[in-house]
Formats: sequence, C-alpha cells, structure tokens
Amino acid sequence: MSARTKVHDENRPRLGHPALGLFRDALREVTTGGPLYHLWMGALTLLMLGGTWAYVQQLRHGLAVTGMNDHVSWGLYISNFTFLVGLAAAAVMLVLPAYVLHDEDFPRAVLIGEGVAVSALLMCLAFVTVDMGGPQRLWHMLPGIGYFNWPDSMLTWDVIVLNGYLALNLLIPAYILYSRYCGRQPNKRWYVPFVFLSVAWAFGIHLVTAFLYAALPARPFWNNALLGPRFLASAFSAGPAFIIVLLLIIRRQTPYSIPDDTIRKLALITTVAAQVNLIMLISELFKEFYHPTHHSESAIYLFFGLDGQGKLIPWMWTAIGLNILCTALLSFHPVRRNHRFLMPLCVLLFGAIWVEKGMGLIVPGFIPSPLGEVVEYAPTGIEMMITVAIWAMGLFVMTVLVRAAIPIEMGVLRWQPSEAPSADSDSSHLHNI
Amino acid sequence: MSARLPILGQEAPNHGCGSGTCGCSSEAPPVVEERLDTDVSRRQFFGLFGSLTAGVAAVASSGCGTKSAEAAEKASLDWEEYFKGNYQVMTDEEKRATVERLERRWELEHGSRVEISDQNAVPGVLYGYAFNISKCQGYMDCVDACVKENNLDRESGMQYIRIFEMDEGTMQLGDGDGRFYHEVPAAGHFYLGTQCFQCDNPPCTKVCPVGATWKEPDGIVVVDYDWCIGCRYCQAACPYWARRFNWQEPFVPEDEVNQEQHYLGNRLRKKGVMEKCTYCIQRTRKGRNPACAEACPTGARIFGNLLDPDSEIRWVLANKKVFRLKEDLGTEPKFWYFMD
Repeated sequence: MSARTKVHDENRPRLGHPALGLFRDALREVTTGGPLYHLWMGALTLLMLGGTWAYVQQLRHGLAVTGMNDHVSWGLYISNFTFLVGLAAAAVMLVLPAYVLHDEDFPRAVLIGEGVAVSALLMCLAFVTVDMGGPQRLWHMLPGIGYFNWPDSMLTWDVIVLNGYLALNLLIPAYILYSRYCGRQPNKRWYVPFVFLSVAWAFGIHLVTAFLYAALPARPFWNNALLGPRFLASAFSAGPAFIIVLLLIIRRQTPYSIPDDTIRKLALITTVAAQVNLIMLISELFKEFYHPTHHSESAIYLFFGLDGQGKLIPWMWTAIGLNILCTALLSFHPVRRNHRFLMPLCVLLFGAIWVEKGMGLIVPGFIPSPLGEVVEYAPTGIEMMITVAIWAMGLFVMTVLVRAAIPIEMGVLRWQPSEAPSADSDSSHLHNI
Repeated sequence: MSARLPILGQEAPNHGCGSGTCGCSSEAPPVVEERLDTDVSRRQFFGLFGSLTAGVAAVASSGCGTKSAEAAEKASLDWEEYFKGNYQVMTDEEKRATVERLERRWELEHGSRVEISDQNAVPGVLYGYAFNISKCQGYMDCVDACVKENNLDRESGMQYIRIFEMDEGTMQLGDGDGRFYHEVPAAGHFYLGTQCFQCDNPPCTKVCPVGATWKEPDGIVVVDYDWCIGCRYCQAACPYWARRFNWQEPFVPEDEVNQEQHYLGNRLRKKGVMEKCTYCIQRTRKGRNPACAEACPTGARIFGNLLDPDSEIRWVLANKKVFRLKEDLGTEPKFWYFMD
C-alpha cells in the first residue's frame, strides 16, 4: 500500500508500559487517515476555532451578546444541553441488551454507544459552562472549598449524575479496550457491576435533568409530572436513532462489521420509544388544550402564538409533523428494515426531537413571563457560533474515540512488547477513508 | 506573608512619583494597618501567591512608584477577593475584612470613598410591605428612587420595581400593561406595583447550586454578588419575575453612585451576576424606610416590622382586607396588597 502504511506497519520493538503503547497507537490511529477523514477533522477544527473566537467575545462583553434577556433567561445553550443529556442517556439502550441481557448481537455496537455518551456528556458540560455568567467562579461549587447546595438544588444533583455518568462511560470502555489491547479477556467481575450501575445511572441523568425543570412551580409549562417520563421516551428514541446512523456510516466506511440484527433491534427501540413519546405528547396537548387555563399560555404561545408573537410556531409544527411521519413510517416493518429508508428517517426523527425537546421545551417555559408579559427570544450569531462549535467538539471527540476503539475491538491493534514480527498485515484498515 | 504588601504601599511615594500628575494618592491607606492584624486562614494560605502576584504587577507598571505600589495592592486585593468564601458562612471578622478590601479597591480604582456596611440583621425584626392599590397613581417616583438608591445599571435601564397599569375589573397581571408611557392616572385603570416579595418560603434560594442567595434572619432575600456563578436558575424559579441579571458590565455615572452601601445591597455589581430588590437593606437595617416607600407621593407604600405589634404594617394587616399574588404556590410573600 502507500508509504504511510509502511511506516505505520514497521515491526519495531515497542518498549515501555502497555498503557503508553495504547496511547501511542491510538494517537497514530487518530492522526492518520484518508483525505476525507482529514477534511472532516479539519472542518470540525475550523468550527471550534470560530466558536472560540465567539466565546472570547461573550467573555469580554457578557451574555448580552446572546439573545437571552431577563425574560427568556435560558436559550440555545440550555436547550442543547437538555437534548444532549438525552443522547448521553441513550447509550443505556445498547448497554442494557449487551451486558445485562447478554444479547449476542450488541457487544460490537456497545463501545460505540459509550463513545457517543462520552461525547454527548462533554457537550453537555460545555453548554452549561458557556451559559454561566461567571465561569471563572465555578470552583464555588466544589464541595469542601466551595458551597455545594446539595440536596436542595437540583442543579447539584445534575452535577453529580452527569459527572458520575461521564466517569462510568469513560472507565468501563477504557478497561475493556485496554484489556483487549493487552490481549486479555476483560474480567467480568471487574466491570459488570459498573455496567449495572451505569444502566441505573443513565435513567438517573435524564430524570434528574427533567426534575431540574419540573421543580419550578413558577413555570407551569415545566412543572408537570410527565416531563421526566417524556424526557426518557424522547431520549430513547433520538439517541438510538443517532447511533443507528453512526453505525450505518461506520459499517459503510470501515471494515468493522455490525450485524444486521443490531441495527434491526435498535430501530425497533427507536420506533417503540417514538410511539410512547407521541402518546405522551398527545396527553400533554389534551391537557393543555381541552380547557386552556392561564397555565396553558406557554403551550398556546408555542403552537399558535400569543399576543401576535410566535417565532417558534413554524419550527414546532415542522417538528411535530416530522415526528408523526417518522414514527408512522418506522412502525411499518418493511420500511424500518430497509436501510435506505431507515437512515433518512432516523436523521429526521433526531432533528424533530432536537427541536421539540430543545428550543421547543426551554423557550416557551419563559413565555409568557410569570407576570404575563410576552417577550420573545432568538439566538444571535455569536450564540449560534458557540453552539455549532460545541457540537463540532462533540463530533471531534466521538470520531477520535471511535477511530481508536474500532481497531482494538477488531483485534488489529495489539500490544506487542517483543520484536516478534507483527501477525497482522491489516493495520491499514481505516486509513483508506 | 501577606503583611509585606501594604508596606510596599507605604514606601512607594519616596520613589520619584511626586509630580502629582499621575493622579495617585501618596498617602498610605489607613485601612491597610487594620488589615495587618486580621488573621484569616484563607488569606494566609493564599498570601504567598498574593505577594507574588503583587510583585509581578509592581514590576509590570513602571515609571511611577505610587502607581506601581497601588497596582500591586490592587492585585493583592483582587487575589484575596477571588479566593474569599461565601458571605453566608463568613464570620463577622471575615465580613469586615472583605468589606474593607472592597472599600479600598473602590478607592484605588475611583479615587473616591464608599461606605460598605456589613451590618447583620437586627434581632426581633421581620420586614413586611403593604401596597395600597387604591392610592397608587402610576407616577413611578418609586422606580426612579429605586434606580438611584440601589445603583442600578443605567446602560440597560434595569429596574427592580414594575408598575402595571391594570384594567378595572380584572386582577390578571398579564392583561395589565407594564410599559405604559402616557399621562397618569388614566381613566378606567388602577396601578399595581411588583418587586421582590421577600418570600418566607422562597423558591429561588432553594435552587441555587452554590448557596449564593439566601433568606436573612430579618426575612430579606439577598444575593452574594461575589459568590454567584451566574447560572440564572433562581431567575427561572421566581414566580414573580423579581430577579435581574447583569447581562453586561453595569454602568453608573461616577457622580450618581450612592456611596452609602451594603455588602448584600446596593454595592456595585459586575457583569454575569444576579441581583434583586433587598427592601433597600442598606437603609432599612438602619431603621429607615426603603427608597420606594419614601419616594411615593401618594402614600401607597407601607413598610415596617411585622414583629412590632404597633407598626403601621401590622395595623394594615389587622384592619384591611389584604391579598398576595399567587398564594397557591405556597411562597408566603411578605408583600401584601390592599384597598382603601
């Protein structure tokens, strides 16, 4: 093959600790690739640089550079945060069958799911941080030297569950991959308890995030017992939809094989969760519109506009329309099983839920204000640049994680302490993309 | 340790500033002497780093000895301020120390003096407010007085008080107009003012992740502007839209700054932190009325101690039919409305 592959394949002795070797090998894996790969990573880097510039502006001039104000005091950042917590929680839909139910098909996909969870969590933490008025004072939250208002504040619960979930989703795959890299079978006694913990934890992160909003009687649009369950349903629909798209891309672009059965089961999970989500949407709409009260004004604003204001109306109806369309089509087995349909349907469903559970959930909570005033919100260019940059960061991290994990999972990338010639000749597996 | 710094400040005038054109004071700050004696573990811990920072700052600004000494002092003040604790859990000595640092920093930055009080709640006092919707004519003198008294950001036009022009026949705030701009009183309307109601069961303090906002023993809900991380969860939690956020660096013209301040009240804020009405804590803890009550030309605003049976507020509660906003939420506001 190419000269690059030769350098990469040379059978030189590797000294030092295997962890160092893993780091070195992984670094090489993620820094080498075809033009398309470099284009992808380069584009993400450019977007991140743009976002960094925008964030510097925000730090300098304050959050006034965003579209937020005293009426709508959370906007695009917190909307994306909320949605991405769901994406992170969705990893459980791969973990549960693979580790807990011992489904033979899932192990190949599960590490990908955990990579998605890690990236989503990093995006969540980034979105919360850029939303802060005083990020330099975040140490005030550290227990011990700061003042951690636990258990009263749901935000402190969210800090605990999100960071805990991040740790779990880093440690479990790290242990498994490291064992594989060293040529050992990972010891189930070591990691399975953590897997069970992470399953429970996944439900926790999304429920706690829902409780963050449901905790506020000041905001009747959120102060609603269905919010938590609905968060879970939409997350378990959008999350696996994203993972399906990712797996289909990986399958097409790399020699890493994902069994059809995995895709089929994931598609079923997506569909069922989307159906449950629609049922919950219907019960919410019924409650808000059968006999509208003053507490229904946010929903009226969202779907029909209030006082002549209604920036979210077209977004919301498009999202609801796509949601119904995708759920209906996915409910037909032949459509769902055909990957030519499955992929675009998953993308559309993902987008629909992003609108519905992002801006469609956060912004109307503030409109009208508790004193009945209608002040609208639209994100500014700076806000959008930062948002896009954080998504780019997440996709960058995800690409790096997946790219390093796949050759280890395939048994191609192994720790070789001796000078013995390498057995595999296929280390170039990914480098043609 | 940190005791080195102020000495720098005293020696500096001998090093050739003298011209007077640089605008810096050549007198040793009196506050400094007191600071030498205060013994706070947090300060000791960071003292060494403070000295280093100060040294760097001193080297960085050359050409004017006093100026560099002041820069060094300011750097060390900034350092100690950054690492101070939550006011809610400070001892009285720590409160005194931070207030003195803030006063000194203001002096260094602006050349004028402000008095920042750290007065604690007076025992046996619980503040309450009553608003007479028959009397209010919508003149907005209260709003004006509040802006001036509390050093509110002039740039964004921040206001704690809202006055709603209500249609006769409804109590629905959403139907009222909070932005009227015409001659008042307008026929067929009445006027209803809102501000922070200092709830007895405040939903805003509970949600704060860092305990930067809390209810004082005299019932006033306050914010530690230096501890707030600016997450705005409290703003989402308030059912009365009483909290304001500094979306940008707040600005008050130098000659309009109210120099009589309280740490928990009207001292100057910075960008990225929350603030709110404190019933003018800097006035009321000294036994005065809040600026809004004092400014009201119609006598619609009544303020007093709920624990004093002879107070006017107690008379209103006992003799008038009163109501509060959104009582169904269980927030127990200490702000009542009544009619003649």
